[in-house]
Amino acid sequence: MSSPSSHLSAERVAKRRSGSPHTSMFMRMLLRAAILRRGRAAAALLAMTVAAGVATAMLNLYVEVQVKLRNEFHKYGANVVIVAKDGLALPGNAFPTVETVLAKRGIAVPFAYVVARTHDGQSVVVAGTDLERVSKLNAWWSVSQWPHAAGEALVGARAAGVVNRQGGSFDLSFQGHTLHLTRAGTLQTGAAEDGRVYLSLHDFEAWTGVAPSTIEVAASGSSEEISAMVNQLAHAVPVAEVRPVRQIMESEARVLGKTRATLLAAALLIILTASVCVLATLMGWVFDRRRDFAIMKALGASERLIGGFFAGEAAALGAVGAVAGFVIGSGVAAWIGRANFNAPVMPRFGLFPMVLAGSMAVALVAAVVPIALLRRVQPAMILKGE
Amino acid sequence: MFVRLVYESFRRQKRRKLLAGVAIALGVGVATAMIGVATDIGDKISLELRRNHANIVVTPQEDTLDLEIGGVNLKPPSDGAFLQESDLPKIKGTFWRNAILGFAPMLPVKVRLDDGQEVTLLGTYFAKPYSYGKENFVTGVRSTNGSWRVSGEWPADDSQNVLLGERLAEKTAKKTGSTVSIGGEPHLVSGILSSGGVEDDQIVAPLALAQQILGKSGAVRRVYVSALTKPEDAFARRDPKTLSGPMYDRWYCSPYAQSIAYQLQEAIPFSRAEQIRQVEQTEGAVLSRIKGLMLLITLAALLASALAVSAAMATSIFERRHEVGLMKALGAGKAVVAAIFLGEAALLALLGGTIGFTGGSLLAHQIGRSIFDSQITIQPVLLPVILAIAILVTFAGSAVAIRRAVLFDPVYALRGES
Repeated sequence: MSSPSSHLSAERVAKRRSGSPHTSMFMRMLLRAAILRRGRAAAALLAMTVAAGVATAMLNLYVEVQVKLRNEFHKYGANVVIVAKDGLALPGNAFPTVETVLAKRGIAVPFAYVVARTHDGQSVVVAGTDLERVSKLNAWWSVSQWPHAAGEALVGARAAGVVNRQGGSFDLSFQGHTLHLTRAGTLQTGAAEDGRVYLSLHDFEAWTGVAPSTIEVAASGSSEEISAMVNQLAHAVPVAEVRPVRQIMESEARVLGKTRATLLAAALLIILTASVCVLATLMGWVFDRRRDFAIMKALGASERLIGGFFAGEAAALGAVGAVAGFVIGSGVAAWIGRANFNAPVMPRFGLFPMVLAGSMAVALVAAVVPIALLRRVQPAMILKGE
Repeated sequence: MFVRLVYESFRRQKRRKLLAGVAIALGVGVATAMIGVATDIGDKISLELRRNHANIVVTPQEDTLDLEIGGVNLKPPSDGAFLQESDLPKIKGTFWRNAILGFAPMLPVKVRLDDGQEVTLLGTYFAKPYSYGKENFVTGVRSTNGSWRVSGEWPADDSQNVLLGERLAEKTAKKTGSTVSIGGEPHLVSGILSSGGVEDDQIVAPLALAQQILGKSGAVRRVYVSALTKPEDAFARRDPKTLSGPMYDRWYCSPYAQSIAYQLQEAIPFSRAEQIRQVEQTEGAVLSRIKGLMLLITLAALLASALAVSAAMATSIFERRHEVGLMKALGAGKAVVAAIFLGEAALLALLGGTIGFTGGSLLAHQIGRSIFDSQITIQPVLLPVILAIAILVTFAGSAVAIRRAVLFDPVYALRGES
């Protein structure tokens, strides 16, 4: 900083200083170092902030991805199925009991089935269920129009060819009782549902008198929570068999495991790169200031004081960088959550001590290594510019 | 002169150049590894999922309605239409044969056990060797239904042995090694099956046995196909019949579940193929989320690498103010000074980039091996792209420092002031 204005600024500094209260030399040196070499200090701080930010964002995502992906997996539909033993109907209190055990930690949908006959004597499976809940449970059902009114039915794509080819209304009979239905929409899934007709449970029970035999449950939570829930359900409804849908739970566990492992590897790599970057920048900065170091030493500062000074500076830089990086990183994680998962990722303050400790450790290493190297050199050599 | 200047600078500033080179190599390595992982993770994850769920089902076109409740089909087993077993190898003759990981035919029949109980016997392939043209492959439930567990032995496809579902085994008090009499014939129970689904109440047997019981050789009720697909988008949902020539070709040659199903339907006579929406739709969502996440993280990795490189470059240039001052005093123009620095940066980027690319490929390979048990290979085609990015980032990183060096007043430099 050898521009002509430095004389002016020095005068100004002297003036300001005479008016200010006496602070310790140590603090003043720290502050002046940051203010006078603004460019290099800002570069170092920027590197620190970006590194801490990237680390925060990666760790945040690593913790959060499990919750977010689990939500995606719950779109598979039921992960627990409750069926009456030996194909009988479930007792009337089964559904409310299941609801109580679930306590909003998932969604339960009752299903009742019979085989009915069409007007020309063909057989078709008719299911009664809570249509509103089904639309939430099985988001993958492709439905042209959900039924709303009584007497409306959802007809599977293959069943449509049997019950009514043209659309409109049709009759179904079960044990001599005939029910007149209107086709509200068509259902396509590529599985057994395509061959069925779905009615509201209310219409179904009034027509057949058959009660639900199956309850499908999409329980939310980790696999341990779900196993605990399966046990609770089996205990609460002893007449029924409670089966977890293993295919789905296994896929979920596998994909989650692999994704988290990949994410962890990525996080470690990125944090490593960022740390090396910070290390390089800070070391360069400290190394550049070997004259300061030499002058201090020449003026009689002990090695402990100088070491303390550079370490204090590094720690301060690490702390400020960590705070700024934490804020920015949490913001980035929240944005990625919104952009990719349509749900924000909340900042996790539990990560802050980790980020802070990491940043300060990197900064201290970056300060201590050059000092240790410089200690061996005579101050005179440095001041001579060799 | 130019070459010598650059060479001398590398010779004298060994430690600095090494630091910058390491930063570039590290940055490029991480970026390469992340690009490799991000582009491959979709395939790897869907491979994981495909081990557990088939995503396309092929059924006879003129089939009567299934009357299936809770896994039990009330339809008379000989009713309706069948697919021909001899048509199945054609699945491997379609355009997307390499995307098809496996298939398993199913033929459920009703059988009566010796205690008079009526149960479903499901005929299928376990691990059947097959050949189509010159290609040999093995397919069956062992490759399409990864969540099936067998305690005991899987039956051979040409044997008369069967698997017993675990609930049925419990009910009939049978164990591995017992014999079960099906329609009067004794069959060895080679293992107990735990599927977590309706098969736990059934007998699972080689396809030929089910055909023999039904009395229809070569009959197959439906075929489950596991295919690697691309998540569905608006284009996938278009009806192929309404598409024009080039659009149709594009649709036909994209690995959507719809187009693979369409081709299966063409290949197998009198069939109808459909995606299983529960599997296909949900997984599409999961996959695109994971891919999106990895893409964003790759961006973060690139940013971190760019920063590392530019920090290293800035430091190395900043140290050479005196040299710049001398060059300028001797009459070098701004352009020459900038060219020397840029030349050095390019050389560093090329060296560091190549090392980083090699390291990154190894790293991606290692990640693939340890996490997914399979290869992640980085195409060598990527090398020029990566190098170009490395040079660009290095230039961008050194731009500020070079500008400052070029504008530096030689007088101060020569006086030794900074």
